Amino acid sequence: MSTDNPMLSIQGLTKTYASGHVALKPVDLEVRRGEILALLGPNGAGKTTLISIVCGLVNPGEGRVLVDGHDILAGYRETRVRIGLVPQELHTDMFETVLDTVRFSRGLFGLKPDPDHLRRVLEDLSLWEKRDSRIMALSGGMKRRLLIAKALAHEPALLFLDEPTAGVDVELRRDMWGLIRRLRDQGMTIVLTTHYIEEAEEMADRVGVIHKGELLLVEETAALMKRLGRRTLRVHLAEPLERVPDELSDWSLELEDGGMVLSLSFSPAEAPDSVPRLLRQLNQLDLGFADIHTSQSSLEEIFVELVREQS
Amino acid sequence: MSRPAFPRFNTRGVWTLYHFEMMRFRRTLWQSVVAPVLTTILYFVVFGAAIGSRIGEIDGVAYGAFIVPGLILLTVFTQSLSNAAFGIYMPRFSGTIYETLSAPVSFFELILAYVGAAATKSVILGLIILFTARWFAPIDIAYPLLMLSYLVLVAFAFSLTGFIIGIIAEGFEALQFVPMLLVTPLTFLGGVFYSIDMLPEPWRAISLFNPIVYIVSGFRYSFHGSGDVSLWISLGTLLGLITLCLAIAARIIHTGYRLKQ
Ligand SMILES: Nc1ncnc2c1ncn2[C@@H]1O[C@H](COP(=O)(O)OP(=O)(O)O)[C@@H](O)[C@H]1O
Ligand SMILES: [Mg+2]
Repeated sequence: MSTDNPMLSIQGLTKTYASGHVALKPVDLEVRRGEILALLGPNGAGKTTLISIVCGLVNPGEGRVLVDGHDILAGYRETRVRIGLVPQELHTDMFETVLDTVRFSRGLFGLKPDPDHLRRVLEDLSLWEKRDSRIMALSGGMKRRLLIAKALAHEPALLFLDEPTAGVDVELRRDMWGLIRRLRDQGMTIVLTTHYIEEAEEMADRVGVIHKGELLLVEETAALMKRLGRRTLRVHLAEPLERVPDELSDWSLELEDGGMVLSLSFSPAEAPDSVPRLLRQLNQLDLGFADIHTSQSSLEEIFVELVREQS
Repeated sequence: MSRPAFPRFNTRGVWTLYHFEMMRFRRTLWQSVVAPVLTTILYFVVFGAAIGSRIGEIDGVAYGAFIVPGLILLTVFTQSLSNAAFGIYMPRFSGTIYETLSAPVSFFELILAYVGAAATKSVILGLIILFTARWFAPIDIAYPLLMLSYLVLVAFAFSLTGFIIGIIAEGFEALQFVPMLLVTPLTFLGGVFYSIDMLPEPWRAISLFNPIVYIVSGFRYSFHGSGDVSLWISLGTLLGLITLCLAIAARIIHTGYRLKQ
């Protein structure tokens, strides 16, 4: 296959489950070779459904899906051998050893044994020392890395990671991010799903935002973050205020918690100096404050905003 | 990155699944061999030695030798059904089936691997019981090649049935239901311990509705050169069962029933 056609091309894909639930409205998406694409969406958005269809776990509705130019139905062997899937849930055997289970994965995908490759994969995931351990003796983090090792055993070109860091603590999340970057640097195309904005921002070259089965947009991460990345600044005052002082009327400030908190919603991209400017002005007005706190808008707020923008 | 075209048949994938299943059996080898062998020995002690000595011969065959084919099949039936059913039900239950479903393995290959592994195990168990039986009864096998082929065919038919049960089952109880509550009683009533000609009417006529009678009879024919019904009827029954199972399997393949949403 030529190298300039997309690694994954989804055209008008729909899915309605037997229950009648519409999990995917017509979805169009192209994933470029060598990129990390994050599918960002809240629980129930249809991320797992989308991935599962491409990987062959769920029957597609209408539409067409091509992997490296091959149709996922007519050419399922060609598409599946190119795809590695790391599922959301930790589905593992118990009694197998680590090395046996990655050998199994490679064989299942029809590839001839390659002990060197499997060793490299296990070493890369810090599992080589555990190669003779039974899976049930592994920690949750190790099991997740083992699922990645299994997905890499047959040297896929396209890797799907379904919520790779859901429920993973901060430090391990960083490790996971490092690992995903290394895989991309080795030439892998990666699609990951997440409901953490920071994760999409940190990892992805492009982000697709999916909500209620609808792919709202796909954009370069930096451009999207500029649009989406609203933050909220909360200033906890030393003394309560009755109303927002007139001197501050240029800011769209709100008083909360019985006048104890001044809150400002702002876009760091449009006004990067908002925080220092406001604080300076508070100082000039001699308004004492005990604490300040900034936070990202929640995913739900962002979706509401996006849906409003779209319509 | 250019890849060679994927082969038309994923031989390595089938072998890998088959091997995985055989390793799973090996881990539970003792319990799966000991239980049927012990039960068979008990049958021989009770029916062969204690009671059998009072019964004498059936169709010119010593009673101890007469019950051997049926006892072998009793184990082959139940083991084929439950092993194949568990084999496919477990990964469905634990979720690990995702990997097989996302692999370049066709449903046909999937069935071949799972059913092949379960049938292999049953044939091995059947042969172990046959060799165990030789300690208790003199056994002449009239048609050894027929006996072996018939054994393989029975193991395949019942493993395929078990596989279908494992696909349809929504809980562990369902897995045990068919082997324990259907096939075992039908086998006991199906001429394992007696020739149905020994039954008074109407029981003899009723027995003829039990398909197990025909299947056991064919196996006994390969040992003793005679059965309750002709060998062709036995083979026909067996092939009918296999055809029925294949039709259901084809349906499952076509719709992805219970495997794919
Ligand atoms: N097998 C199924 N049958 C019916 N509805 C389903 C099934 N699987 C998922 N759904 C529904 O489809 C929607 C999308 O689910 P999913 O793709 O798992 O979302 P996500 O991965 O984004 O959290 C959800 O509302 C979910 O309840
Ligand atoms: Mg999901």
